[in-house]
Amino acid sequence: MAMLTFEHKYRVRGGTLVGGDLFDFWIGPFWVGFFGVTTAFFSFLGTALILYGAALGGTWNIWLINIAPPDLAYGLRLAPMREGGLWQWITVCAIGAFVSWTLRQVEISRKLGMSYHIPVAYFTAVIAYITLVVIRPVLMGAWGHGFPYGIWSHLDWVSNVGYQHLHFHYNPAHMIAVTFFFTTVLALSMHGGLVLSALNPGRGQEVKTAEHENAYFRDLIGYSIGTLGIHRLGLFLALNAGLWSAICIVISGPFWTRGWPEWWGWWLNLPIWPN
Amino acid sequence: MIKNLSGLSIALIATACAAVAAVVLFTFERPPIRTAQIGFRGVAMEQLQNPRTAARLVAANQVPEAQPAADPPVDDADKASAVYENVQVLGDLSAAQFNRIMLAITEWVVPQAIRDNPDSAGGCAYCHNVQNMASDEVYTKVVTRRMFQMTRTINQDWNTHVGQTGVTCYTCHRGQAVPAYVWGRLEGMDNRASIAGPTGQNRATAAINYSSLPFDPFSPFLLRDQDIRNISTGWHPGGNPDDVRISEWTYSLMIHMSQGLGVNCTFCHNSRAFASWEQSPPQRLTSWYGIRMARAVNNEYIEPLTPLWVRNPRGPADFQHGARLGPQGDALKVNCTTCHQGVNRPLLGAPMLRDYPELNQASRGPLRTSEAAPR
Repeated sequence: MAMLTFEHKYRVRGGTLVGGDLFDFWIGPFWVGFFGVTTAFFSFLGTALILYGAALGGTWNIWLINIAPPDLAYGLRLAPMREGGLWQWITVCAIGAFVSWTLRQVEISRKLGMSYHIPVAYFTAVIAYITLVVIRPVLMGAWGHGFPYGIWSHLDWVSNVGYQHLHFHYNPAHMIAVTFFFTTVLALSMHGGLVLSALNPGRGQEVKTAEHENAYFRDLIGYSIGTLGIHRLGLFLALNAGLWSAICIVISGPFWTRGWPEWWGWWLNLPIWPN
Repeated sequence: MIKNLSGLSIALIATACAAVAAVVLFTFERPPIRTAQIGFRGVAMEQLQNPRTAARLVAANQVPEAQPAADPPVDDADKASAVYENVQVLGDLSAAQFNRIMLAITEWVVPQAIRDNPDSAGGCAYCHNVQNMASDEVYTKVVTRRMFQMTRTINQDWNTHVGQTGVTCYTCHRGQAVPAYVWGRLEGMDNRASIAGPTGQNRATAAINYSSLPFDPFSPFLLRDQDIRNISTGWHPGGNPDDVRISEWTYSLMIHMSQGLGVNCTFCHNSRAFASWEQSPPQRLTSWYGIRMARAVNNEYIEPLTPLWVRNPRGPADFQHGARLGPQGDALKVNCTTCHQGVNRPLLGAPMLRDYPELNQASRGPLRTSEAAPR
């Protein structure tokens, strides 16, 4: 396969964490690397197990396919394959693939002499998944607390976990996470609108530059974070959305068993209220 | 950067950090926790319990030791109605059974401090003129008759809710003249905030888990019979006469039920389809009858006694303590917590009624009301 002109710049050796030069080669445009191999291994195995689980489930309706974790009675032990064992091994494969992909990103970052923003950002999503299917179940004492793998079934899980705490909107970390999600959307939409406006001026006008963008936001809100800053802000907001989501679910159960509204009793009990 | 901050700024930042740390460290619970699975694996229909809290609940829901058993009457002459005067409700008991129940109910209902008061004759004077035990002049005796009839009705007509376990006076009273968990009407109380009109919301109470939901879900649902169903049955808007506000009243009642029973929503519902009976655990049916039972108790037994409590708003003249009326002057009524007190089976399911067969012999007629003339 022919290489694009700029690809020579990226095809640098070294930077690997594991395996030395053994997997330091490319297949077509794709760098392989040790963690590329493990990613492929876990992805294929995990997908095969999902297909096997779906075949056992009695339906090929994409909405209804459900591969559920074991009964709580199994605790933190392995369950028989058809009674949650498949879920356990699929989880192992998923984490294997996600972590491999993170480490592959680390290796590529090292290879290119970059900082680690990309693997850090990606791993924030991975740790949220690990929180759901490993950390929280372990803290609660059973794999059965993980969410089922199915489009509708996992939504049932989400709904019921919320109602285990009567009113989930009172979960303080959920409040913070939701705020970060909405702020991410707000920042992205404002940034996108700004860029599109600057790049698509009226007919016959020149494309505007960053100085126009800065002037616009200084007029609008008195401050412009700048062209680099907006991307740092976007990363900060997005990663916090994922991070606080993970926190809001890991405290639900292991660190609070009751209704979330009641948690705010400490606020109501502060000695600052008139009666 | 820290070098550039003033001492005041550093102090403020340190205080804020300490406050956040205190909230994080001292307001949560901790593992291990106890869980119970209700539905199919993976759908998160589970009950969660903090074992430390559960231990306190167990301690708070113990049944007092039963009075020594008494023999039933051998003939009519042995009946309480023959032995004593003016026995209207417990007349079919033997005199020994009658005295046993009197001893038990004194322990169940008359507060310890009053029983210890020598003027109360061991607590008897809380309901009786001890010079003339047959007299109805102390109003509490009239209330008690009606309560015996209520207990009998619950145990006979509401097996759909109380099963064979049944209830005794102690199920609610727990050694108090007024049960610990009762409610008076709060609806209509002005709770306006700034320019908003009175909403019936934003007043944190334990019954609604200290949420901002309507704070009196009891008047519409446990006194009146406002419809509790309000989930839309079709796909399209416009077919449901209820609005979000009415849903919040329902939600508030449901949170009260969860609080009262120490369970969460998934105890009775699969939240993927709250309304669907087919997908609900069977406990929902027990609970459905419980709502009707509380409504019947409030309307048929509690409310009609209101005039007596209005005349005696702080209890019997000689032993006044504790309010008998709610903030708006109505009788204090029952809700789920009155019996359940934080556990899904009152008194943790202890079959206390089995030890007191006398309670099932109370006569249900004639109805005793607040208008019963004192003799």
